[in-house]
Amino acid sequence: MANLSVNVAGVDFKNPVIPASGVFGYGREYEELFPLSRLGGIATKGTTITMRPGNPAPRIAETPSGMINSVGLQNPGIDAFIERELPNLLTKDTVILANIAGSTVDECVTIAEKLDATDVHMIELNISCPNVKKGGAAFGVHCDSAAAITQAVRQATKKPLVVKLSPNVTDIAEIARAVEAAGADAVSLINTVLGMRIDIRTRRPILKNNVGGMSGPAVFPLAVRMVWQVSNAVSIPVIGMGGIDSGAAAIEMMMAGASAVQVGAAIFTDPYAPVRIIEEMNTFLDENGIDDIKSIIGSVQPW
Amino acid sequence: MKYTKALDPIVKKAVLGKNLFRLDILCPDIAGAAQPGQFVHILPEGFTLRRPISICNIDKEKGILTIVFEVKQAGTEWIANRSVGENLDLLGPLGHGFTLKPDAKKVILIGGGIGTPPMLPLARYYGGKATVICGFRSAECVILQDEFQKAGAQTILCTDNGTAGRKALVTEPLKELLAAGDVDAVYACGPTPMLKFVSAIANEAGVFCEISLEERMGCGIGACLVCACKLQKEGKDVMGHVCKDGPVFSSKEVQW
Repeated sequence: MANLSVNVAGVDFKNPVIPASGVFGYGREYEELFPLSRLGGIATKGTTITMRPGNPAPRIAETPSGMINSVGLQNPGIDAFIERELPNLLTKDTVILANIAGSTVDECVTIAEKLDATDVHMIELNISCPNVKKGGAAFGVHCDSAAAITQAVRQATKKPLVVKLSPNVTDIAEIARAVEAAGADAVSLINTVLGMRIDIRTRRPILKNNVGGMSGPAVFPLAVRMVWQVSNAVSIPVIGMGGIDSGAAAIEMMMAGASAVQVGAAIFTDPYAPVRIIEEMNTFLDENGIDDIKSIIGSVQPW
Repeated sequence: MKYTKALDPIVKKAVLGKNLFRLDILCPDIAGAAQPGQFVHILPEGFTLRRPISICNIDKEKGILTIVFEVKQAGTEWIANRSVGENLDLLGPLGHGFTLKPDAKKVILIGGGIGTPPMLPLARYYGGKATVICGFRSAECVILQDEFQKAGAQTILCTDNGTAGRKALVTEPLKELLAAGDVDAVYACGPTPMLKFVSAIANEAGVFCEISLEERMGCGIGACLVCACKLQKEGKDVMGHVCKDGPVFSSKEVQW
């Protein structure tokens, strides 16, 4: 049994596998299948200041080796999250990353202040949601707006701050450097890639929102490349995600430079994916005589 | 709420019509927990998303679930191409099923097209107290009429073009039966326009009515929130989810 523990921005994780924000709700439904304590952490559904109903259905469609979604940040609002969900999550013996997704800087600051007064372990600031008209990716595609929102939230909380980056940019490393300079303790990437599917019989987009965020194994090479570029550009830790569906993929993402990984679409295919991936990572390490997973982080040897 | 994921074998397969298949699956854990109106979430190999398919028959003694489904695209085609002895990756039973009324004396079950299969467990529960109204496009699309009769239910068959049964929409016999009185409950599954009309008719008649909705799903267990539907609960508009709050809803709570 290899040592699977990692540390991201001063927070200890028993293993590097975290269900990504949005796919896992607040863990209640998956607790029917396995104890949440087996997970390295949980990134909770993105929260806004007040309840958001989200976009009309259909909100999901299959794509080659993946899917697109446009949920539109449906959530009960920060107060309901803190009162109804967070206390339960904090009893689960796993790291809780509260994902915040306000539509203005002020909204994100208020949410961060409220979370600062709780025992949540980390804050993941989503500046990359492709499915909302205001906020979301609008912050994440320019260095100055990404830095400004990061700096404002940084001043609102002492919690370790992870900034979740959008892949829908020309140079993701430049954005990562900007949020690092503005005070981010870590970055997580990639959020979904903007995509679209059309029903050729009705000539209508399958998603009612017309476009949505693409994820799943199809985006994995793109995510590995971006994690590699970002980890070479910044000195803060990187949490890698995008199409991870196996222990091998998680190991590859960590070799590219990720200190921990998040798992999203794979959970729809296999609800046990996060715990299966932890087991497969352990098997790989044992079979290759690696006794500590930390030794593989960023260990790719580029040509 | 108790669901499991399992690899379970197909024990019987039948072709019911053009693109219409019936599979019996030996899955004692899921069959043992299943209720009428629930569904199983099936993974076609090589795909990212599971396909929700309603349960058509529950044999708890033998541990066998039956599904009847239509091939729509590549995912359902993969499932239809499996043979007896092959395993299916199932997650289930999922969702909130129909409310069973032990004291009911007369109930109406309405199935439209491929919405017909989830009516069979209700027909078996209510037996002779049930009248099943089924609507199909044409004679070659008709399924399950023998099974409803074997369950002891009366059947009224309608087709859009009159090639089998009455040339009528299911709402016609529904109105006649409601007018005759003493109906304790109406249950329906089928295309959205049909469900909308059935709900309006049952609500106007003041009769208890539950309908089963369909939507594209992600997780199937209520975490990812993709299968949204607008509901009205206690006078307030809320976004519900077909996989967990449904697929069965009260006709009074769905907002069309």
